[in-house]
Amino acid sequence: MSSNQYEAVIGIETHIQLKTKSKIFCADATNFEASDNENASAISAGMPGTLPVLNKEVVEMAIRTGLALNCHIRKDSVFSRKNYFYPDLPKGYQISQYDKPICENGFVEIWLNGKHQKVSITRAHLEEDAGKSTHFGDYTLINLNRAGVPLLEVVSGPDMHTAQEAAEYGRTIRQIVRYLDVCDGNLEEGSLRCDVNISVRKKGQQTLGTKVEIKNINSFRFIEKAVEYEFERQVDAVESGQKIIQETRLYDPDKNRTFSMRTKEDAEDYRYFPDPDLLPVILTDEKISSHKKNLPEMPSVKMQRFMSQLELGESDALFLTSEKNIADYFENVFLESNNAKSSANWVTTELMRELNSRNVKIEDSPVEAKRLGQLIQLIDKKTISGKIAKTLLIEMWTNSKGPEEIAKEKNLTALNDSSQVEKIVQQVIDDNPDQAAEYRSGKTKIIGFFVGAVMKASRGQAQPDLVNQLLLEKLKGP
Amino acid sequence: MNSESIKKTAQLAKLALSEKELAEVTDQLGLILQHFQKISEIPTDNIEPLLTPTEIENFWREDVVQQELSPEEILQNAPLSQGHLFKVPPVVG
Repeated sequence: MSSNQYEAVIGIETHIQLKTKSKIFCADATNFEASDNENASAISAGMPGTLPVLNKEVVEMAIRTGLALNCHIRKDSVFSRKNYFYPDLPKGYQISQYDKPICENGFVEIWLNGKHQKVSITRAHLEEDAGKSTHFGDYTLINLNRAGVPLLEVVSGPDMHTAQEAAEYGRTIRQIVRYLDVCDGNLEEGSLRCDVNISVRKKGQQTLGTKVEIKNINSFRFIEKAVEYEFERQVDAVESGQKIIQETRLYDPDKNRTFSMRTKEDAEDYRYFPDPDLLPVILTDEKISSHKKNLPEMPSVKMQRFMSQLELGESDALFLTSEKNIADYFENVFLESNNAKSSANWVTTELMRELNSRNVKIEDSPVEAKRLGQLIQLIDKKTISGKIAKTLLIEMWTNSKGPEEIAKEKNLTALNDSSQVEKIVQQVIDDNPDQAAEYRSGKTKIIGFFVGAVMKASRGQAQPDLVNQLLLEKLKGP
Repeated sequence: MNSESIKKTAQLAKLALSEKELAEVTDQLGLILQHFQKISEIPTDNIEPLLTPTEIENFWREDVVQQELSPEEILQNAPLSQGHLFKVPPVVG
């Protein structure tokens, strides 16, 4: 039997570090680059007698994220204590949410194989992060800077069946939280962390196999590889009559394999109970609906709009909506140029090439969306040729004037005056009598030579359409 | 509550109980549980579960940063430290 008789069942838990200035239950800063224990206080160190006070912004961000994930927002959610002992958890419990999470029953749409596909979201709950342990064999060092940093844990349903779906789900969650500006989505720094649960079963079987959790995979490509590896490993195990052990595994990108971290022999008993130090979070319909009104357009909706209303192709729409800043920039270019197709082309190719080669982010582009839109307008009005426009774009990088002004200053406007172009065309024909004779004898392909020569003589400023038209006329008769 | 479940609970709470303590605690917790058993006999049909006993709905803080203690101060009570980090016995897996 081979692996194609099996299917993987995949669910993903994503820890989203909310981009607040201070921690979830105290005023410590949350900056990543802080020095050791600089962002620790009596509360984050779990000193006796301290009390947590909820950060309002955390709740706002959770509501926004929940709504973007099409979740039901609970009007009463409760913080609970998850009890376990580990040195980087100073209180001996993590404040989390258990039976009443702030967000429930949502879904996201992922784009795969040319269509949108729904993945259900079971819940999203708020919790505090633990500190960081560094192990040195005979001792361990603890940094509490991260202890108490707000996390929103988004739990997907076990809806995915392939490595590509799993990776795309991760990318989509990242895209959404970045659109909302609630998380920077930095996988290397750990502000977005994915734990992948995977089990295998025979196709058609309804019951679930024993699941294995793969923790802390720090890129979406690695999610794909880890799932592929783990699927094969589990199928091999089942095929050779072994039992899958419920365990946590880690993915090693260098060896492209997963290995066992710890087995979960007895189901973990966290003895959750409502945290008596914190009030339930009570939300009003008004608050929830005002957040709903102010939600930005989500990438999947935006993409569909770009394709249906602006008639952009799939790959352009996909790229332009990949980041909110790119989409915003493109829409501002379009607002000015009124030419969606050209705006898309200029942003995805010319502008991106310049930005990438200079390592500049689109929101910091020295050529603002408005000026790029004006540039496209100049092409559409045939004031300049596309070729000149490319030269102008580079010029605009260091010159903050409008493209038309720069074009005039640099004498780069196109020759639309047909009498001027005619003169050049005539000159070129006169200078090349042999080639003209060749053309007239039927070797019409040589027209390319003339086009090139005229463009060169006009320093690229002549409109190619006009040049072609005039050449055809002039070369026809003697 | 039998002594097995007490042992399990003690283990989770990282408490070491002698045989004598175990017997004692088993009796005591048994009485407490009996008490709750009695409470749970009260008919509560059609009564909404109480979310919170207080009248206060929300109490939260604005997202403002404030440094309360320096790393030196936060480490002051730690039995062991290294640099500005807490030093603890090795943690196994």
